[in-house]
Amino acid sequence: MPTTETYLAKSNDIAARTLGDETIVMSTLDSTIFMLNPTGTAIWQAADGNTPLSRIIEDKVCAEFDVPVEQASVDARQFVDELAEHGILIVSDHPIPQ
Amino acid sequence: MTLRMKFPTGAQDHEVVIEIGGIPIALETTDAGFVDLLKGRYGEYMKSKAIPDFTFRVDLIAPDSFNPEADAEVWFANGQWRLERGDFRATWSQESRQGVIRQTANPYSIDSVLRITHTLLLARTGGFLLHASSAVRNGKAFLFSGLSEAGKTTIARLAPPDAELLTDEASYVRRVDGRYMAYGTPFAGEMGTPGKNISAPIAAVYLLHKAAENKIESVNPAEAIRRLMRNILFFAHDPELVRLVFESACAFVAAVPVYRLSFFPDERVWDLIG
Repeated sequence: MPTTETYLAKSNDIAARTLGDETIVMSTLDSTIFMLNPTGTAIWQAADGNTPLSRIIEDKVCAEFDVPVEQASVDARQFVDELAEHGILIVSDHPIPQ
Repeated sequence: MTLRMKFPTGAQDHEVVIEIGGIPIALETTDAGFVDLLKGRYGEYMKSKAIPDFTFRVDLIAPDSFNPEADAEVWFANGQWRLERGDFRATWSQESRQGVIRQTANPYSIDSVLRITHTLLLARTGGFLLHASSAVRNGKAFLFSGLSEAGKTTIARLAPPDAELLTDEASYVRRVDGRYMAYGTPFAGEMGTPGKNISAPIAAVYLLHKAAENKIESVNPAEAIRRLMRNILFFAHDPELVRLVFESACAFVAAVPVYRLSFFPDERVWDLIG
């Protein structure tokens, strides 16, 4: 059965700064601030609009943080949904032109 | 060269220039009583011979002209900044360097318009207004930041005689020649008195927490930025300027140490400062 991929891109309405392995992201629309931990930072940095979330999880989360793929998928999906809800990440089932 | 144009008015004009953070702003009014009120409020921040960078005409209106409950709104439209709150309406063009304020004859409205105007000016130059008390000691400025009840006024009141208070409420931060300077402001908190009109390079920012004992701890840069952003005064609905303020906070944290200061409210806390 074919599965739908998820693609992520950073919104244009944000300001962000990565310091070490943490990232601070702010919505420029409502000034909401998010602090991303190392795992979140890895996903954030890989959100280029072209790389499917499943590959980001495999290559950037499971490989670098020694997390089982099932657990990483649940956590990543929750993380992505929360950022998308605040307009920080754009989520699509197609690649997102940058 | 700056060409200044006078607003045409039929009555006798009075002009006062209020210089905060090295930026002189002129206020023009036909009401001599309002001039006296400004003199009482801004004291040593008034510069009789300064050439203003910006000029506001102040039109005094009757009480209850606006909805007194309305919160502050600041936005840019048709080439002008618009500043509105329950007690004032103001428009201001950064290009023409002129604006108009409509308010009742009270010091709080003009104080708010000046604060907001300075936040807009600072946003483009790497500076900001910070919810913080500040003081100069041994030629260095120290900022004590926190939200209401964190202890800004408390620590200002505990300052030793050799510390000069810049403000107990809103600290004025500018980047000048590559370093960060704190300026005195007339923006007072609970103490109700304006700060000393001096400036000094900023040596440190302390994030305040009242506690049973005095302790200073370092704060990692990401957390320092997050805390600063919570305490920076900024009112405009303008994503570009919000982004600039964020960048300013990041640059500031890279240049100035930020600490968490847990303090018991007595004068011994100042043994750790300066």
